[in-house]
Amino acid sequence: MSTQNYYVPDQSRFPIFMAVSLFLLVMGASSTINNLGDADNNSVYILYAGFLSLFTTLFFWFRQVIKEHLAGLDSNQLKTSYVYGMAWFIFSEVMFFAAFFGALFYVRNFAVPWLGGVGEKGIGVAALDLWDGFESAWPLIETPDKGAAYKDTGFTSMSWPGFDKALTWLPLWNTIVLLSSSLTVHHAHVGLKNGNRKQFNVWLGVTVTLAVIFVFLQAAEYYEAYTHYGLTLNSGIYGSTFFMLTGFHGFHVMMGGIMLGIMLARSLYAGHFEDHDHFGFEAASWYWHFVDVVWVMLFLFVYIL
Amino acid sequence: MSAVIENHHDDHHHGPAKGLTRWLYTTNHKDIGTLYLWFSFAMFLIGGAMAMVIRAELFQPGMQIVEPEFYNQMITLHGLIMIFGGVMPAFVGLANWLVPMMIGAPDMALPRMNNLSFWILPFAFFILLSSLFMEGGAPNFGWTFYAPLSTTYAPPSVTFFIFSVHIMGASSIMGAINVVVTIMNMRAPGVGLMKMPLFVWSWLITAYLLIAVMPVLAGAVTMMLMDIHFGTSFFNAAGGGDPVLFQHIFWFFGHPEVYIMILPAFGIVSHIIETFSRKQLFGYSSMVWAMLSIAILSFVVWAHHMFTVGLPLAAELFFMWATMLIAVPTGVKVFNWIATMFRGSITFETPMLFACAFVVLFTMGGFSGLMLAITPADFQYHDTYFVVAHFHYVLVPGAIFSIMAAVYYWIPKWCGNMYDERLGKLHFWLSFIGVNVTFFPQHFIGLAGMPRRYPDYALQFADWNMVSTVGAFLFGVSQILFLFIVVKTVMGGKKATDQVWEGARGLEWTVASPAPYHTFTTPPKID
Repeated sequence: MSTQNYYVPDQSRFPIFMAVSLFLLVMGASSTINNLGDADNNSVYILYAGFLSLFTTLFFWFRQVIKEHLAGLDSNQLKTSYVYGMAWFIFSEVMFFAAFFGALFYVRNFAVPWLGGVGEKGIGVAALDLWDGFESAWPLIETPDKGAAYKDTGFTSMSWPGFDKALTWLPLWNTIVLLSSSLTVHHAHVGLKNGNRKQFNVWLGVTVTLAVIFVFLQAAEYYEAYTHYGLTLNSGIYGSTFFMLTGFHGFHVMMGGIMLGIMLARSLYAGHFEDHDHFGFEAASWYWHFVDVVWVMLFLFVYIL
Repeated sequence: MSAVIENHHDDHHHGPAKGLTRWLYTTNHKDIGTLYLWFSFAMFLIGGAMAMVIRAELFQPGMQIVEPEFYNQMITLHGLIMIFGGVMPAFVGLANWLVPMMIGAPDMALPRMNNLSFWILPFAFFILLSSLFMEGGAPNFGWTFYAPLSTTYAPPSVTFFIFSVHIMGASSIMGAINVVVTIMNMRAPGVGLMKMPLFVWSWLITAYLLIAVMPVLAGAVTMMLMDIHFGTSFFNAAGGGDPVLFQHIFWFFGHPEVYIMILPAFGIVSHIIETFSRKQLFGYSSMVWAMLSIAILSFVVWAHHMFTVGLPLAAELFFMWATMLIAVPTGVKVFNWIATMFRGSITFETPMLFACAFVVLFTMGGFSGLMLAITPADFQYHDTYFVVAHFHYVLVPGAIFSIMAAVYYWIPKWCGNMYDERLGKLHFWLSFIGVNVTFFPQHFIGLAGMPRRYPDYALQFADWNMVSTVGAFLFGVSQILFLFIVVKTVMGGKKATDQVWEGARGLEWTVASPAPYHTFTTPPKID
């Protein structure tokens, strides 16, 4: 137990600024989305204002925390609070993804087979005779209703194309990129712990580069999906689960990549982090490993199986 | 590399800042606790006013006061506001005030984030309430917002509802992370896990549940948003999805959520019964294990809310048995409270009256829950007033009575003055009678077949509905008395001693009354 007192900050303006930013953000988002077809609607500027003030507040808030840390105000006990806080935050993220994976498992194992008349429940559904001739399958290329709302059926799915086409299959390259980025960030961490600043900077730089490559590959995949495969958000439940799972994952990759990029900048331009004291970096790398594990799950359950 | 921190002081013994900025910028757990408690009281009164609209409409059969459309908005907002704005923030407020004092910590672990968790809430509820004035009206699909009512058939304000739930969830997650980290990392030396006061234990478990399920709720509303505006088909069978999927995801959040609203109550009641029985709690570790079992079981019982949607038989049986299993740890708790009172030197001050009423009435709510858990019987009870009676018995004389008990019990520590015992007892008896007159008859009309969520009903339900409405207004009006008592106590009254109650034990009773702005800047010595 440290003899130093726990640092309780004085009054702070950051939280209320942050709350106002969030308010602008969600008000702007809601009214923009509600008026998507209306070219005269200007509520998107509220959304922009929300983003701008959110990022500004975050920047100054984190700057303050870093300053306090460098000034030696953080006792060991306070550092432990950050460690626990980050761990529990990642747990909450795991549960967010669990909701979407749960939806995927449910539709694949229950909803779609039942709609196709499989099993005891399916007989009941089939008896309703809602969608004549619908057959359950996964990937679900043809939706039960072929009406205008599901115009983008008959797409090509993103699943494993077989060994002969494996090398031109983007998800495989995505997997290789992301898995190796987990190794490189670990290598950077080892370098930092051994006091080897050059190893840290170089491998962290490689990691950030891999993150950027991943995001570009993912964007290319979406472009392919929309333009060549005919797979969109309107393609029924396969498109829904595919884009929401990979989309939220991609968003988290961007967040993690930005975090690591900031850590790289802190190391390069401000010389932050010591071999025994670098939780800012460590938290970002935890987040990165988490994003990587989610991808492994995605690769298995969305692409391969 | 020595950055200069301008607003840093080594001395934390100064008092609060002056004026409005004290509340806007505060990082003090007691200030933030106070904000949470007043906010939840305001929401309790707003949600209560909506309940009065509902009961006034149901006073007689036929349409009397409001349009059916507005009635639907009232039941929806009443539920959402009472749960997310009333009960949950009240418990977070109590955690803020009490957890650091109970474990000998100087403050919450992450004080600035603590402030953020609170200040998101007024904005979130401003958005939710403003939907009343939007085109198409406020959300009208019930607090459970089942698809497709909340997707295909929802009013445009549903988008605002979705985003307001998002930021409420962010607030809850941050608040819960703060509580967990505080309890895990900030205990004074000597406060081992199995020496923590039960309120702290109950909040540790509650916070774990919050972190686990609030993100799932965020996932559910995100899928709704995508279905409504961006053409996905999660909850639409025409595209291969399933509206029942919404219910699964919602109740995977929703069932732990109901324990989030009752576990802190268990902690509070344990403290109060112990103090006014002047005995040690009968079985401390069995209480801890019972709470842990309830929390773990809460993840595997969600589909008992959905017995009638057409689940496979195996699922109906599994969720029936799993649900009944919860009666075991809950029984452990009830017997513990009774055994603590047994042969104690009991006095019945207001907190004790509320705690005793909690034990009796919450147990009744638990028993009707057990009836609802029986799948074949639930086919009859589902979506009737019996369900309404059940969950109001566990939430009003359960969660809300425990919050009132906590306010009476700890308010002398918060503001240094004793409340008016005579008025407190009056408030208790009015509330006790009001709550039973309101909700007990709802068991009868429910079993007789009156469905919930309708503004009109058949003639044979008229008598008990009238009784229920009279009780509701009695309960509603007596809460004005509660507000008066609280304000009167804050303004003045008999000075409280440090220990306040003769039988009170725990670190919070060792500091002065009112508690100084900063307590335990250095950890206390504990044997």
